[in-house]
Formats: sequence, structure tokens, C-alpha cells
Amino acid sequence: MRQVLEGSHAISEAVRLAKVQVVAGYPITPQTHIIEAISQHCADGSLKARFIPVESEHSSMAAVIGAAATGVRTFTATSSHGLALMHEVLHWASAARLPIVMGEVNRALGPGWNIWMDQSDSLAQRDTGWIQLYCEDAQDALDTTLIAFRLAETVNLPAMVVIDAFYVSHTFEPVDVPDQETVDRFLPPLEPRFRIDVDHPQALYPMVGPAFFMEMRRSIQDGMEAAGPAFDAIAGEFESVFGRRHSAVETVGCEDADLVLVTTGSVTSTARLVVAQQREQGKRVGLCKIKQFRPFPAEMIRAVLGSAPRVAVIDRNVSFGSGGIFAREIQGALCPLEQRPAVYSYIAGLGGRDITPETIAEVLRLAEETPAPEAESRWVGLNPDVKP
Amino acid sequence: MQEIRFHGRGGQGTVLASISLAKAFFEAGWEVQTFPLFGVERRGAPVEAYLRIAHEKIRLRSGVYNPDHIVVMDAKLIGAIDVTRGLKPGGWILVNSAVQPEIELAAGDFRLAWVDATGIAVAHRLGTRTHPIINTAVLGAFARTFGMPELAHIETAVRQEVPVKKEENVAAARAAYDRVHFLKGEEA
Repeated sequence: MRQVLEGSHAISEAVRLAKVQVVAGYPITPQTHIIEAISQHCADGSLKARFIPVESEHSSMAAVIGAAATGVRTFTATSSHGLALMHEVLHWASAARLPIVMGEVNRALGPGWNIWMDQSDSLAQRDTGWIQLYCEDAQDALDTTLIAFRLAETVNLPAMVVIDAFYVSHTFEPVDVPDQETVDRFLPPLEPRFRIDVDHPQALYPMVGPAFFMEMRRSIQDGMEAAGPAFDAIAGEFESVFGRRHSAVETVGCEDADLVLVTTGSVTSTARLVVAQQREQGKRVGLCKIKQFRPFPAEMIRAVLGSAPRVAVIDRNVSFGSGGIFAREIQGALCPLEQRPAVYSYIAGLGGRDITPETIAEVLRLAEETPAPEAESRWVGLNPDVKP
Repeated sequence: MQEIRFHGRGGQGTVLASISLAKAFFEAGWEVQTFPLFGVERRGAPVEAYLRIAHEKIRLRSGVYNPDHIVVMDAKLIGAIDVTRGLKPGGWILVNSAVQPEIELAAGDFRLAWVDATGIAVAHRLGTRTHPIINTAVLGAFARTFGMPELAHIETAVRQEVPVKKEENVAAARAAYDRVHFLKGEEA
């Protein structure tokens, strides 16, 4: 049924419908609403899960790792410094091949102390072996969370469902919340391939020397590579059950485009308007939304962007000393092509600075006017009067 | 698409008023989007909330800079902050005030309405005399001022959203609907 829901609560509703069995959580703005609503679901019995309040995010990840090792469905959520504190155990979750799902609300890290939208927190965890899925709005967040459980449990890797601070997390809008029977058809109970079982004692997570370690790492890479096709298959099933289509890479009008704009997260939503307006004005502009960051959908990127003359990427993040992270990944993915588009990299909207339709139009204008892209990422919307 | 900005103080239910109004419009068949000023709310400090309504899916996901209309939950905010900033010409300003509020704008740039939501809330024993819960009365006045959504949809949203004294809140919304004052000649 369609109802007006906050983006955070769209994830909480998905967790309830997924019949998660153990949830651990620690509050941090702007994530708190997700865990708050889940603890309410646990208290009123609408979710029959064990809720474990903990004293830090490191502990909340450790708690769901322990729970997941016993073969139950688990969830936690965090943001920013909380995610950074989890870093060590994020590696553990993926190396132990545990299908944990985590809600992650993109927020900057301080100092300067900042609670607003910025992708630096999740992208800093790109090498931890977690699947990362970025969402555009509240419906996307609910759907992606359901897909994430199927995906994580299919390839035995943990998955992060990422939403924008405030632009999605604190924004109320109509969301189609499916009924339990429909969700049960899509998401059956977890059948773990291995689990701690006191009746069948075994050793888990021992020391592994050079003779075996590389093969274990290769198996994680294989799992990640399998996650790409698995996402497509699961999204196909999702569409047949719920009627909504999701893809690792979504395109709008890219086939004949002179310039393709690449976006992630909630910027995609605003960009749809801008691109449609420019199309009406006769400009051949396309839009490419990247949902799946890990595994990076390189093959799809080559198929979608390979024939475009120009590509402009908006990054709401920066890797200091390199540039916009999505732009760098896209440049890497396009590298094997003999003929490849010029990739223009733009950094905008850090620490919650608004990305308005004017910001997006400015990015498109800059890409159109610049004959060849600079090597460095270009920062859009800097105030020349502010001297740090 | 229309954009409405709410001004209030932390603890006054400004964000809740915007959410309830979004739900009322949704009940009436509109697409809606509402969000608070992104930041940290403190009791008594000025807060803002925003509402977008449209007949098609709302894709725009940036701040509201040029609202079509403004709702002011506390008349004492006028002058303390610029409540009319960015207001589109001809927009409504609805103020919670027992008397005609003084707003400095050129005549014709806006349409002014006011309602004694505080008095109505106190009369219906919502909150306390020193801290009345005024948002449901403001919603009733909104429906009268803007001619939408219908009062019935406000009543449904109030019953859904308000945890206690549901019928008293509905009664306050109805009373406020009937007691909106308009600057002469500007009645909707």
C-alpha cells in the first residue's frame, strides 16, 4: 500500500518485512531514525527479532557478525564516524563470508564537524569486501534493502544499502510498502550454508598462512564477481513480483546522446528533471545512474558509455590527491576500449552543499564548453570569498 | 508544483505540521514531499520545514528557495528572521496571531491571513496554557486559507498523526477553519 514515509523508515519497513532475526544498533545522526523504528517494531512485536543495543558501532558490527555466524538474518545501520569506527570488523564480515545487510546514511566526516550529505564515509570502505548499493529515493531504499538480503545471501558477502543524509533519510514521500505475503514470495527464510552449531563443533576463522590465504582472497573476489550477474537475476525476480525495475546501471536517453551525465544517490532524481528539460530544448543529453558501486559494473559501463562522445560525472566525494571516485572508476572501466569517451570529472555538493538543478545545468554547460577534459577533477560551486 | 515553507520554533510541532499536511494532501490524491531544515533542532530556536505538492511524481531533491506560500507558527518570529525571504509574488502568508501581524512587504506582493491558533489550542486544552500544541489548529486554518486540501482530509491526517486527544485536535482544526482573518479584500 502506498503511504507517506520517511526515507529512513522505508529501510526500517524493509527490515521488518525481511523478518530479520538479530538487529544491533547505536545511534548517530542522520542514521538514528532507521534503528529507532526497528527497535519500536521489536518492542511492539511486529518484528520478532532480538534487538541488541550496544555501546559503539564497532560493537554493533561485532554483534551482527557473531549472530550471522550462527546462521540467522542480521541487520545494522550506521553513518559517517560510526562506519569509520566499524572499519576493522567490516573486513571480518566479508572475509567470514557473512551475508549481513547494513543501512548506511552518507554523511561527511569531521573536522569541520558536519552531519550533512557526503559520500566520503561509504566510499572510504570500498576495499572491505562489502557490496555497495546506492539509492535515489525512499522507494529505491525499500526495494534495494529487500534485494540486498537476497543478494548477500546468494553470494555470501555482506551488503551496504546507502542513502543520502537528509535528502533521502529525513525526506517524507509516498512509498509503496508491499504486504508480507508478497515479500515472503520474493525473500524466503535464510538457509545458511554454514553456521556455528554446538551439536556439531567445528573450528571457524583460524590462523591462515601464506599457503592458503591467497586462495581465500581469490574466493572473495569470485564472490564479488558473481554478485554482478546475481544482482541482475534477483532484480529480474523483484520486477516480476513487485513490478518495479532496478538495475546496477540505469540509463535515460543515452543511445543518441552527445553528452551523458553520470550520477549516484539522490542527485539522480533532480538530474532526471534537468536532463528532460534539456532534451525538450533539443540538446542530446543522456543520464546514467550508477546504483551498484561494488562490485563495480565495469562491463555495463563500457556497454552504456562506450559509444558516447562525452561523459560528465558528478562526484559527491573526493579522494584527496586523486579526485572524484566514481569518475576514476569509470575512467578505469573504459580504459580497455580502443575508442572511448572523454570523461569530465566534477566534484560538487560536499558536506551537504545543495546540488540544485542550476548546479547540474552548470556541470553540463562546463562539459559542453571544454574541448578536452582536464586531468584533475573540477570543483563546482566553490565560494571564492571563503578562504580557509 | 507548489512549495510551502513553514516557520516555527523547536518544540512547536512545525515539522509535524508539515508532515501531517503532506499526508492530508496525499489523502486528497496529491504527490507530496516534505522535509525539515537539514540540521540540528533545539527547543525554542527557529526551525523551518518544507512541503512540495504536485500532480506528478516529485523528482526535485534540493532545498526550497522560492516558496509559493509561507506559514508562520509564531508571530514573534516576524522581524527576528526574514520569514518572507524568496516568497513568490502573490503568495499567501498565514500567521498564527491573535491580531493582524505586521509584515513589511509592498502591498500586492503577498496575501495575508491570520488565525489565533494559540487561543484555539488553549480553548481545546491542547498542551498547556504556557506551551499550547497549536499545529492542528494551524492545519485547519491552512485548509481555509488555501482552499485545499478539504477539511475532511486534514481531519483524517490529524487522527492518524496525533497520538492523544485525537477528537480535541480535530475540533481545534475545525474551529480554526472557521476563524481565519484575511486582509480586507483578499479572502480566498
